[in-house]
Amino acid sequence: MAYDKFTVLRSTAVPLPTENVDTDQIIPARFLKATEREGFGDNLFRDWRYDVEGNPKQDFVLNDQTYSGKILVSGKNFGSGSSREHAVWALYDYGFRCVVSSFFADIFKNNCLNIGVLPVTISAAFADKLFAAILANPKTEIEINLPEQKIKLLSTGESESFDINEYKKDNMTNGFDDIDYLLNMSSEIDAFAAGK
Amino acid sequence: MEKTTLFDKIWDAHVVKSVPAGPDVFFIDKHFIHEVTSPVAFLNLEKRGIGVKNPSRTVATPDHNVPTVDQDKTIKDKLSRMQVERLRENCARYNIELHDLGSAHHGIVHVIGPELGITQPGMTIVCGDSHTSTHGAFGAIAFGIGTSEVEMVLATQCIMQSKAKKMRITVDGVLEKGVTSKDIILYIIAKISAAGATGYFVEYAGSAIQSLSMEARMTICNMSIEMGARGGLIAPDETTFNYLEGKQYAPKGAEWDKAVAYWKTLKTNEGAIFDKEYVFDAADIEPMITYGTNPGMGIKVKGTIPTTEGMEGSNKISYLKSLEYMGFAPGEPVKGKLVDYVFVGSCTNGRIEDIRSVAQFVKGHKKADNITAWIVPGSKEVEKMAHEEGLVKILEEAGFELRQPGCSACLAMNDDKIPAGKYAVSTSNRNFEGRQGPGARTMLASPLTVAAVAITGRITDPREVFEN
Repeated sequence: MAYDKFTVLRSTAVPLPTENVDTDQIIPARFLKATEREGFGDNLFRDWRYDVEGNPKQDFVLNDQTYSGKILVSGKNFGSGSSREHAVWALYDYGFRCVVSSFFADIFKNNCLNIGVLPVTISAAFADKLFAAILANPKTEIEINLPEQKIKLLSTGESESFDINEYKKDNMTNGFDDIDYLLNMSSEIDAFAAGK
Repeated sequence: MEKTTLFDKIWDAHVVKSVPAGPDVFFIDKHFIHEVTSPVAFLNLEKRGIGVKNPSRTVATPDHNVPTVDQDKTIKDKLSRMQVERLRENCARYNIELHDLGSAHHGIVHVIGPELGITQPGMTIVCGDSHTSTHGAFGAIAFGIGTSEVEMVLATQCIMQSKAKKMRITVDGVLEKGVTSKDIILYIIAKISAAGATGYFVEYAGSAIQSLSMEARMTICNMSIEMGARGGLIAPDETTFNYLEGKQYAPKGAEWDKAVAYWKTLKTNEGAIFDKEYVFDAADIEPMITYGTNPGMGIKVKGTIPTTEGMEGSNKISYLKSLEYMGFAPGEPVKGKLVDYVFVGSCTNGRIEDIRSVAQFVKGHKKADNITAWIVPGSKEVEKMAHEEGLVKILEEAGFELRQPGCSACLAMNDDKIPAGKYAVSTSNRNFEGRQGPGARTMLASPLTVAAVAITGRITDPREVFEN
């Protein structure tokens, strides 16, 4: 379905420097039982966020009022494991519109792009700078400029470029999705299928 | 002859169109669906007012969320029941073939596809499940997709996909007795890490791979995703053709001969270039087990947990956090540690050969008192064979509890959960925190190692317990 347009996002960020955050942590399997795409944000990082009785774990970053924002800055190899799109639905439903990491798992990255959450891949050195800046001042703002493919740390002005293919960039900035594109070429697909 | 890879041959034959500075419009031959990742896709089709483009290219089965007891009764868990019912409704409405709970070919989607001969060389296969890579064992391009992509395939029979880079992993030589294909893949992942193949599609080659049965090859391709790869594949050969011949959906008669002639062309040409290559020696591979919370954290069963030497920053913090979760310390051996549960099953090792090997090894023994042993066949067909071959009797006499087919404790969506803090040695594919239940501590290993652990009650090298 068409989603929110993404052009420039300016926001504070939540730091999660843990490496290899897999999709079972982002949303555990036992919360995948819905038949509609609603309410997944409540169980985002469920077992890191709440203890077995359902009480918030104070040492987890989402329970720390100091940090907030629409950007999640995470450690490397974020989103590994299961292909569950529910992981991105949970991030979106919680309020994140952009995930920044020095390394993403493939399927997770595709899933992000398909529902309009922007995955921004940066160098490990720039990731370290972001973590340090956010920890030093949680009000630090980050600007994600999709048309210019730039991520900028507003406190220091330091920035870095990021990659995204033109097709996906166009989709994100206009809020189009792949199905719109595919449905428009159904005769070409039919001709291809007939030749098989 | 052109110097192309197996992967290129299949990929290029399925590109409807290449979008300039974008992905390929990629045609999908076979689409598997299950109850967990499909309902929202169907819901969106309805919202868009469109149907399923080619229902005959999609096959469904409920597996992730089904109970493994009393499958003939109504599912007790309301949400699970709703998902399974929704799958039934959607299949009926759009005329999609469904292998329902309790039917002769019900089972884990990656077990029944090959079993029925739906999976064939040269195909493109997707499913809303990352272990779709399993089907690559037949020389197919098979990979997991998200729900938006499930919707794309239902609506258009295509997805938008950028072509991955190519990696070849060659394993040459002869495996030692007691070493299985599960050990090969755990060894490879430990060598190149849980993210080492991200961005790549992997071809497995070499004499050690070629010597494996289809089921053993499936175990390897299944875990390609655990090193980050989109998928893995193995060139089809006589082993592949012999497996497929006579299967329900395999071509028959003249069609079969034609298909085999084509399948024989599906191999990487001499001199083809890969973006990355690894070569391993089968003689270096021993029974493996994981000690941490990603599948790259694996060692030889008789090995020791790595120390933090050379680690720093968030890498070290993440490593220690993982060991703390597991209750292990850097530098200690794993052998001899007490275990609480063993699980034999999943799309990685829930096939008949896996059950045969466990049964053969535990025959005449009893499980240790501290062990709860679950064995969950990957499909009704596997379950039936296990009964007919007398394996169930052997396993039950050894103290194993046989359950009905499904994904079960691999991801613990149903009631098959390992309790918090308990150790499970499992034939499944992921040892993530809480994967087998909140707080559960999973150690991945081969069916043989699991059999050895079941008998001794401790982490054990199977070569030290069983003769022959």
